[in-house]
Amino acid sequence: MSVAAEVAQVAQSAIDDFNAAYGLCLDDDRLEQWPNLFVDDCLYQVIARENVDNGLPAAVMYCDSKGMLADRVVALRKANVFPEHFNRRLIGRAVITGAEGDQVSAEASYVVFQTRNDGETRIYNAGKYVDRFDLSGGTVRLKSRTCIYDTLRIATLLATPI
Amino acid sequence: MSAETMPVAAGSEPTAVDYAVYHSQAIFTAEQENIFRGQTWCYLGLEAELANSGDFRSTHVGNTPVVVTRATDGTIHAWVNRCAHKGATVCRSLRGNQADGAFVCVYHQWAYDATGALVGVPFRRGLKGVGGYSKKFNMAEHSLERLRVETFGGLVFGTFNPTIAPLDDFLGPVMRKYIQRVFQRPVKVLGYARQFMAGNWKLYSENSRDSYHGGLLHLFYPTFGIYRQSQESAGLVSDEGYHTVFIVSKPKGDVHYGSFGDEANREMQGEAKLQDERLLAFRPEIADDVGLHIQSIFPSVVVQQIQNTLATRQIVPHGTDRTELVWTYFGYADDDEETTRHRLRNLNLVGPSGLISMEDGEAVELCQQGTIGAEGKRSFVEMGGDDVRPSYAPMGMDENSVRGFWKGYLGLMGNALADLAGEGRA
Ligand code: FES
Ligand SMILES: [Fe+2]
Repeated sequence: MSVAAEVAQVAQSAIDDFNAAYGLCLDDDRLEQWPNLFVDDCLYQVIARENVDNGLPAAVMYCDSKGMLADRVVALRKANVFPEHFNRRLIGRAVITGAEGDQVSAEASYVVFQTRNDGETRIYNAGKYVDRFDLSGGTVRLKSRTCIYDTLRIATLLATPI
Repeated sequence: MSAETMPVAAGSEPTAVDYAVYHSQAIFTAEQENIFRGQTWCYLGLEAELANSGDFRSTHVGNTPVVVTRATDGTIHAWVNRCAHKGATVCRSLRGNQADGAFVCVYHQWAYDATGALVGVPFRRGLKGVGGYSKKFNMAEHSLERLRVETFGGLVFGTFNPTIAPLDDFLGPVMRKYIQRVFQRPVKVLGYARQFMAGNWKLYSENSRDSYHGGLLHLFYPTFGIYRQSQESAGLVSDEGYHTVFIVSKPKGDVHYGSFGDEANREMQGEAKLQDERLLAFRPEIADDVGLHIQSIFPSVVVQQIQNTLATRQIVPHGTDRTELVWTYFGYADDDEETTRHRLRNLNLVGPSGLISMEDGEAVELCQQGTIGAEGKRSFVEMGGDDVRPSYAPMGMDENSVRGFWKGYLGLMGNALADLAGEGRA
């Protein structure tokens, strides 16, 4: 196997592992750990596919620092009011779209199912992650994650990050 | 209609509204006729969404699907998205540009121009003497149903009513002044968000006119110790009660948010501290100190400026307990890249995921759920009085504008509600 192919294989499994852990971190309600999955100078956004397709930048969540991610979590815990819910997400295998040294870009499909107090599980949000990873120092962290959602109608509100 | 299913909302008044108004299918149907297709102008979109000839946008007036277009001569038109042949949806896209100016129904390819006029019918004369329409068939009689269209500021409105006074009069001088405040210079659309609430449209209309809940339901400001006691505020209501604008000025002098904490009421001061204050940064860009401007135009749109976020929120009633809120975010056409990024950061505050607004979706659903089976029982809307005043200041401890909404609503619906109740007694 060539060196490049070996690097790609390592990145593939590292990113798939990362995405699985990312999903469980949120689904298990370990929100305080979530910002640590990003580098300090990061970008996290949740944006409608209709905007991306039309070249429009407005996102429903737009955090361009790790501090802003932490602020979101504190607001969720202490301030925001939303229906009690559990999320469960399935994340597809990542497709690596580019690599430059330790910097790897990738995309993966996701579905977030949501269960509220009525007990019914609904498809809450489907879309894809468009990511840039920093694999330096033997860790995997997100430099940017753009959640592009197909589910254009957000049911009630969107509180927990995608 | 049987006595069991009869809405009894006729006894409603602005201070006490029968909960049946959120649940009754008969009332919902009557609203379409009396309000959305009645004596009102309804928001259709922004002129900025129709910048070029051929541009179109699918929208709604009440639950009626409508398309708004810009024709080749630059004029704006709106028509019901329902083919004059068999009623099929003609325009199937949310938005776009129809470069050749023709909207063709896919079913049998009847073609309409941007004004809604029928311009083509396949096999109209048949083929070799077979089929086709009779000689009496007149294309001019088979146009799409058209709305009257007028614009103000950057907003496009339409009405089904042939006799209603011009849009300017419907809005009135106070509402026009504040629309112009936001649309002081050309705008550009930054994107959309759509929020779907399992609740009645009027619950959202009340919510956007309810200043009482602001600091009580939305706890973001107090949580981060940024409750702003020194702000000046006012709520203005139009003559019939229909429309409202809330205005909150930032504290005089220092605009840095850190200073707000010092002025905060101790009990309202939170423990938490924002790690990234850029989220809240406010750069006044209109020649006043207003940091919050929420303007509810009856029956179906809210225009807002909160910090540096600019948006319209269109209320689309799909059913008694199904309401869609379409957020259209915009900036000014001359914004540079950095300004746009600042607006995107500020947008965290508003919309379906807004740190100071997401709760409204939950409040709507809670009221819908809580009033199931409560027909004949009435709400209590007497905070700050039982009348409707043209101005209430400071705001926040009153429901003046909510009473204004019901005054306008009951004025348009009064007879319909009485008739429905009368049928029930019969
Ligand atoms: S339904 Fe539109 S052409 Fe027949
Ligand atoms: Fe609110």
